[in-house]
Amino acid sequence: MAILRDSFRQFGAARPPIAFGLFLLAASLSFGQTKNSCLDCHAALPEPLGVSQEKFAQDIHAQKGLTCASCHGGDPTSDDPEKAMSRQAGWKGKIDRKQIPQLCGSCHSDPAYIRQFNPSLRTDQLDQYHTSVHGKRLAAGDTKVAVCIDCHSVHDLRAPSDPRSTVNPVNIASTCSRCHSDASYMREYSIPTDQFAKYSTSVHHEALAVRGDLSAPTCTTCHGNHGAAPPGVDRVQNVCSTCHVFQAQMYERSSHEKAFQAASLPGCVVCHSNHGITHPTDAKLGNGPEAVCMQCHRPGDTCDQARAALLSDLARLDVAIKNADQVIGIAESSGMEVSEARMGQNQARDSLTKARVTIHSFRKDLVDQDIQSGLNIATKNLQAGQKAMAERNHRRVGLGMSLLAIGTVLVGLRLYIKKIES
Amino acid sequence: MSPLRNVRNWLDERLEWDELVAPLRKKTVPLHRFSYWYFLGGITLFLFVIQVLTGILLLLYYRPGANEAFESIQYIMTQVQFGWLIRSIHSWSANLMIFTAFAHMFSVLFLKAYRKPRELTWVSGVILLFVVMGFGFSGYLLPWNTLAFFATKVGTEITGQVPIVGRPMMIFLRGGEEVTGATLTRFFGFHVAVLPGLATVLILLHLLLVQRLGISVPPRLEAEWSANPSAKRQMKFFPNFALRELMAWYVALAVLGALAAIFPWNLGVKADPFSPAPAGIKPEWYFLFMFQTLKLIPAKMWFIDGEVVGVLAFGLLGMLWLLLPFLESSQPLRTKSWITGFAALALAYITGMSLYGHLAR
Amino acid sequence: MPTPEQAIVNSSQLLPPPTPRRRFVKVLLGGGLLASAAAFLYPVLRYLVPPTTADLGGDSVVAGRVGELKLNSGKIFRFGSRPGLLIRTASGEYRAMSATCTHLSCTVQYRDDLREVWCACHNGKYNLDGRNISGPPPRPLEAFDVQVRGDEIFVRRRREA
Repeated sequence: MAILRDSFRQFGAARPPIAFGLFLLAASLSFGQTKNSCLDCHAALPEPLGVSQEKFAQDIHAQKGLTCASCHGGDPTSDDPEKAMSRQAGWKGKIDRKQIPQLCGSCHSDPAYIRQFNPSLRTDQLDQYHTSVHGKRLAAGDTKVAVCIDCHSVHDLRAPSDPRSTVNPVNIASTCSRCHSDASYMREYSIPTDQFAKYSTSVHHEALAVRGDLSAPTCTTCHGNHGAAPPGVDRVQNVCSTCHVFQAQMYERSSHEKAFQAASLPGCVVCHSNHGITHPTDAKLGNGPEAVCMQCHRPGDTCDQARAALLSDLARLDVAIKNADQVIGIAESSGMEVSEARMGQNQARDSLTKARVTIHSFRKDLVDQDIQSGLNIATKNLQAGQKAMAERNHRRVGLGMSLLAIGTVLVGLRLYIKKIES
Repeated sequence: MSPLRNVRNWLDERLEWDELVAPLRKKTVPLHRFSYWYFLGGITLFLFVIQVLTGILLLLYYRPGANEAFESIQYIMTQVQFGWLIRSIHSWSANLMIFTAFAHMFSVLFLKAYRKPRELTWVSGVILLFVVMGFGFSGYLLPWNTLAFFATKVGTEITGQVPIVGRPMMIFLRGGEEVTGATLTRFFGFHVAVLPGLATVLILLHLLLVQRLGISVPPRLEAEWSANPSAKRQMKFFPNFALRELMAWYVALAVLGALAAIFPWNLGVKADPFSPAPAGIKPEWYFLFMFQTLKLIPAKMWFIDGEVVGVLAFGLLGMLWLLLPFLESSQPLRTKSWITGFAALALAYITGMSLYGHLAR
Repeated sequence: MPTPEQAIVNSSQLLPPPTPRRRFVKVLLGGGLLASAAAFLYPVLRYLVPPTTADLGGDSVVAGRVGELKLNSGKIFRFGSRPGLLIRTASGEYRAMSATCTHLSCTVQYRDDLREVWCACHNGKYNLDGRNISGPPPRPLEAFDVQVRGDEIFVRRRREA
């Protein structure tokens, strides 16, 4: 703050007129608002001391009636910088990073206080923060870790439900990546910095940021927000199973669950990765670059054979569905009504999806059940499509016969006309 | 006596049948290199009769009402025996009829059959053409699918652009401010009661006039034949021309049957008034030239809305078209009259614009 | 020989002797006319006979029969081109709703252990009114009206255009 005083001092004799000018500016700007002299000067200052009126107007604290002094102390009613920014008035200046969580928590951990503004807002953020990796490292003296304002922004802090908020679900991944993707910033830490890059290729990112499906997970969904920490190797499937219930149930009863636990392998992540979770294809069961089984199993052993059998079963059902689709498609484009068969195909595809989920039980007999029911449905639909094609041909035969009759009439008429005109 | 003779005698005693049909026996059709064009009117009439017959059959199963229309047509296409055939014939014949009606009109224009004393035949014919396009517009909505719904929305919206009377006209057509189930009911009423009644009266008038005034001959030929009567060639309507006309009708039947069986008319997707209009919505081909013209007119011409200019221009052209015979000079020997040029321009414009509208995105 | 004034093609009163060729033409024409008339009349006559399955209109469908569903169970039925879910609650009441999940369009099912409608794809849950109560689904399932007439259970869509 001394910098400001000194820089203002250099204006020398021009100080009073400048102060008067600023006063006029302030008077016109703050016409009708509660007095906030801090903003009157700081709105005209450049970064990093500048906070424009528009910027602060977006801030949810400002909208609730708080002023600069609520966090920074000082006297917002005075236009004299020396009085406004005096220690006697409680002015704190720039808040030290290590103090920030405590400062925010002074209100946000006080249920009675927060109740006045939003009774259903949680008040355990500070406690959670203390359990997080960020909180623990801050307590140990590392000021590079995230504190409240790094994620929530400051002076233009918006509610998480606001789509422009840095902590809105759609934006969270970019907010985390500000540090976690910065290789030079994260150099001294022993964690990778490719999470955001990988996440951006994932189906979850596509669902959330591209399609706007707010139920899709982002960093905080799996890692927590205030108590942010990686789930831990043995907890991963708890996290995934919140949504992917069936797969988790199958996996928990399967042989792989015990095996992975014993080897301290992180469950779902082994085959599906953690951040770059792409849409799984049958190629995962193959032996190409995307194959996951062969990461552990040896070619030729019983597991490899089982894998190959599973893959061929899935392929069989896939082909059956495609065949039925093709016949139904031709019938449809010939004008035949096949909407029931089309709907049946959806059921067949559901069976295929279910079979792919049942893979997580790693039991061929269970998978075969789903494959078989899918095959039954696909066969039925194929038959319906073929019936439609038979009906189509039937119609063409009928058309041919009537064209024959019409042709006969035309020839007969021609001859008859010739006859009566000769 | 042959049974046919018995029947004729019976009818003659009660209806004076012979006297009634005598003019038909004498009716002749001029023979020249353009005589083939004379078939078009009869084909249009034949297709109209097909429409009435298939329309009555469809009426036995169709249900007008936003909840049921689409499903009743789906029922006709899938459950009713040969329902697909009746419905497809109805849809194809509608399009064919509009085409032959236009062709018939243009042939009359180029052969100059609208000249005195046949002006009223022309007028009744042009009104019939408008009625036929009204049939097309109202019938198109009846399946209540997405394309039809939005095409009707756009079409009635354009009607609303006419100054002063446009908005009341639009509300009258739509049965309200928006296109709803009420519009469907109203269009159904137009399609099966109002327009058929009007068409029947006009067709009878049109045929009566043709019967009374005989069949016209192009002016140059007329001049030749009055100078040299021995060059005149004619054909008896009954049975010679009638038999040939019957052949043309059978060919039309064959074409209709083939189209209906090989390209059955599709159902589309049931209309959902709350979903947004699909991109690139277009009216049926017979309205394309007007639609495309409106799209090309700039948004504002001087101080008037572009669309209003377009709609008014077409309205004016329609009036002009109706009164064409009265605008031509009465000198019969002026074969190079401006109407022929105008008609050629109109034909080129309609064809070109329709193609453009079809190919444009 | 017709005179120039009478150069009109005439189907005269001359009755030429019925040669085989003449008879052939008559037979051909008569046969063709009969055949084409039959080809036209046959479809029309078949058309006039009402089909066995009645047209209930798009809104109404027979979803099942009384006694088909046990208490606290559900079944998928076809409603137009989409699946519907018919539920018989533990108290015997019938409920019906769209079976297409509002999240990513998977087909939902009735869970008799949860007494709720559940979507297997991402663990979405709906209550018996179709309202989305847990998980990803953003909107409720469209609820239908159920009417039992005789031993048939009719399901009807609620909205009107």
